[in-house]
Amino acid sequence: MVDVGTIAELVASGEAAILSEWIDLQKKVGTLQTGRITENELVAQSREFLHRLRDGLARGGSDSSDAAYGPARQMLADLSRSRALQGFSPTETATFIFSLKQPLFNVLNRNAALSPVQAADLTWAVTLLLDELGLFTLEIFQKSREEVIVRQQREIAELSTPVVKLWDGILALPLIGTLDSQRTQVVMENLLQTVVDVEAEIAIIDITGVPTVDTLTAQHLLKTVAAARLMGADCIISGIRPQIAQTMVHLGVELNVVSKATLADAFAMALERTGRAVTKRKAAAAAAKGKPIAGKVE
Amino acid sequence: MPTLRTDRLEIRSSDDVVRVRQMARAMALETGLGLVDQTKIITAASELARNMLDYGGGGLVLAEVLEQPGRRGLRLTFEDKGPGIADVEAALKDGFTTGKGMGLGLGGAKRLSNEFSIDSRPGAGTKVVIARWK
Repeated sequence: MVDVGTIAELVASGEAAILSEWIDLQKKVGTLQTGRITENELVAQSREFLHRLRDGLARGGSDSSDAAYGPARQMLADLSRSRALQGFSPTETATFIFSLKQPLFNVLNRNAALSPVQAADLTWAVTLLLDELGLFTLEIFQKSREEVIVRQQREIAELSTPVVKLWDGILALPLIGTLDSQRTQVVMENLLQTVVDVEAEIAIIDITGVPTVDTLTAQHLLKTVAAARLMGADCIISGIRPQIAQTMVHLGVELNVVSKATLADAFAMALERTGRAVTKRKAAAAAAKGKPIAGKVE
Repeated sequence: MPTLRTDRLEIRSSDDVVRVRQMARAMALETGLGLVDQTKIITAASELARNMLDYGGGGLVLAEVLEQPGRRGLRLTFEDKGPGIADVEAALKDGFTTGKGMGLGLGGAKRLSNEFSIDSRPGAGTKVVIARWK
């Protein structure tokens, strides 16, 4: 077992030299270039970590999982998390710890009191220790990124399945993105619940925002339509783009549902079916303003 | 036949099916396919990738942008090491399925492509190659 306490003493006595060398190295790899942290912050972070590492070395030996390294690990975790959120790359984040190797090796080499064997043993101990801490940093970095992704996925899932009431008894369900089984389940539940809540007669499912309609998507759509029908609501599918229509014909998928090219057409049809119509309030007045209505004979 | 670009993707989960579609879209753009042709090959890729996942236990998709004198095309190869298909002819018929789907995927993919070939034997896996030319 190597006595890493020696390193703690060397770190304490050579702090200024180690710190300046370490910061120079971090600058050299471009930690500051991105402008995401200032030089003062970097110096403060480096000094603080060096102190915590020294305390760990003095009391915890070369085992980085020892409780004495708790403060150092805590700091690395915070730093790694904040860098992950700031958009640092994994390399940039791990460089913080790995670039400390060289200054520490130099301190060991410069020390004449150590025999070559001792210096080699201590160098090895420091290497292992910093590697462990570096891996720890990356692990936290990765975890923070995953947390961000999970949060975004949840946000997307919540945002992407709204059921909108267009008029009394008329609902619209604008679908966006991929209709996998999980999302279809959410969509269906939302739609059926809203059909009950607002006593809807007609639900318009708009698929303008669905990039690909394959057989699975079609099957999910048909199931949703069938379920809505059982609840007493008729469905209209709108927003089938020309290329999707051609593709569906080739696939051999038949949507036995009323469909319209646009949401506006579908809404007009829904109004008609529920015995309503949209008319211009004063066609004559609009014409008098010099705005003839295109394609319409007054 | 010179290959301008290749890309490959492994299919292991339903997220990968979405990724296949994105890969097919990117490669179709590179090939210079029109919007309808893009949509056709993307949809065909989606069907075949899902078949591979559901029935073949996942596999590998290879996408190649090909160039011949006067035309460009996108070729997609789907290869799995699954149980294989006992009766390929029956599997190509509309409405045939051993699962819960509509039974239109394989035949649909054939109709959506300019070139289609399938090679499958029970126990030896399945290989489907489709191509769409500009």
